[in-house]
Amino acid sequence: MAEAIAAHVRDGDSLAMEGFTHLIPFAAGHEIIRQGRRNLSLVRMTPDLIYDQLIGAGCASRLTFSWGGNPGVGSLHRFRDAVENSWPGPLEIEERSHSDLANAYVAGAANLPFAVLRGYAGSDFPRVNDRIRNITCPFTGEALAATPSVRPDVTIIHAQKADGKGNVLLWGILGVQKEAVLAARRAIVTVEERVSSLDAPPNACVLPGWALTAVCEVPRGATPSYAHGYYSRDNVFYRAWDQISRSRERFSAWVDQHILRTRDFPEYLKMQRDSAVQAVYP
Amino acid sequence: MSAAYSAEEMMTVAAARMLRNGAVCFVGIGLPSTAANLARLTHAPDAVLVYESGPIGAKPPVLPLSIGDGNLAETADTVVSTPEIFRYWLQGGRIDVGFLGAAQLDRFANINTTVVGPYNKPTVRLPGAGGAPEISSLAKEVLIVVRHSRRTLVKKLDFITSVGFLTGGDAREKAGLPGRGPAAVITDLCILRPNPGSRELEVASIHPGVERATIAANTGWEMRFGEDCGETEAPRSTELDTLRELKARTAAAHGVPVDEA
Repeated sequence: MAEAIAAHVRDGDSLAMEGFTHLIPFAAGHEIIRQGRRNLSLVRMTPDLIYDQLIGAGCASRLTFSWGGNPGVGSLHRFRDAVENSWPGPLEIEERSHSDLANAYVAGAANLPFAVLRGYAGSDFPRVNDRIRNITCPFTGEALAATPSVRPDVTIIHAQKADGKGNVLLWGILGVQKEAVLAARRAIVTVEERVSSLDAPPNACVLPGWALTAVCEVPRGATPSYAHGYYSRDNVFYRAWDQISRSRERFSAWVDQHILRTRDFPEYLKMQRDSAVQAVYP
Repeated sequence: MSAAYSAEEMMTVAAARMLRNGAVCFVGIGLPSTAANLARLTHAPDAVLVYESGPIGAKPPVLPLSIGDGNLAETADTVVSTPEIFRYWLQGGRIDVGFLGAAQLDRFANINTTVVGPYNKPTVRLPGAGGAPEISSLAKEVLIVVRHSRRTLVKKLDFITSVGFLTGGDAREKAGLPGRGPAAVITDLCILRPNPGSRELEVASIHPGVERATIAANTGWEMRFGEDCGETEAPRSTELDTLRELKARTAAAHGVPVDEA
């Protein structure tokens, strides 16, 4: 995975790392921090802890998102500190709704320049984002919202399985992963395991290996989110993150100890297990 | 009367009662999810719970901590992608009720979950839209559940994230929004409903033991009381027992209590 990130994620890229609560590619996020990427334009519906970490670690200069909280817990403190106080640097934001971003990924995957939806009427979003505009239906005259499609330089997702040819199978809550992969110029997929055969039924969500740039085996690579059929969400860590991320000092010390000074994700996971008690009850 | 139940429990029970059996309900996480699942476990076993992460017909045995918990997928009739849930099911006109929470609400039931203060230099950066703008505009009707305080029920919103009745009267219809808009706001003090003409929220029902002065003191605008404003029926023992069992199962399953922020 380190080689795939080094080869395909560059400073200044627009980068989407998707996974709707489920299958969030944390291992890849950590590797991007470890490799010191800068000036990334991040796109993600729910920034979650993965982007809180990237933002706090100084990897991002821009964020497109639609819901920026710690699910079930509260605020994303690093995201808020960046928006409210420009720490560790200014973070330009482009704020959309879930429906809009989902439509915008679909448009990107379909090689269209914009998405069209019934949305935003009466809200203040168009006032603060001039990329949310109206379009008139040429057939009915109805006013609809038009928004730019999302077409990242790179998309990274996590999935359950890959076979020997790099075909990828994912199931459970699928979010916008498929659309995000197909909207991107390059796509990296981390998987729980490599198997000889996917044994997938005909309509399963399979991404053909030839449509992907790199596939890497990273067991537990979505931790602390979950992988359906493999492990559940580490709700205790999501809760502990509220304290870890609340102050700049504590956050920076955590990133230094757990990401920058670990060699890879397996070592992070081992340290996480060893320090679980201290992390939860500081 | 004796405090055999909390104000929070009264709110959840009152909100759950609003969901009719068989309704297709798009559920927000937190308080709305608690209320919708309580409804499903009491009077509305055939309510269809839809979550924006893709599960349709979810029947979670415990409350989800996040909007995309695995138990939503495991218990759903089907799980579709996020684009599909918004495009085919919500925009497609298949949602009867949108069940939402709010950080801030004004007298016309417009919702702010974006910022407090100026947009470009906010004093508080809130999580943002999520699915709420399209739920509030496209669901046939909307229920909102919030804790009653001057911080939440404010005179003026700094940002309209999700539209209620805009400036009141027929402003919502003029804006071309397909759904009828908020039918009720359920708080821990009372139930608010929009006045049929002005569309301003007014108190339709007061929870047992709550004084009108308390409602007035905890509202950021001059709250009106409806002419036939009555008293909310106190939680029945079956409702309370079901709610408490659900919460106990949830705490045991997650290892942490579910914050209903």
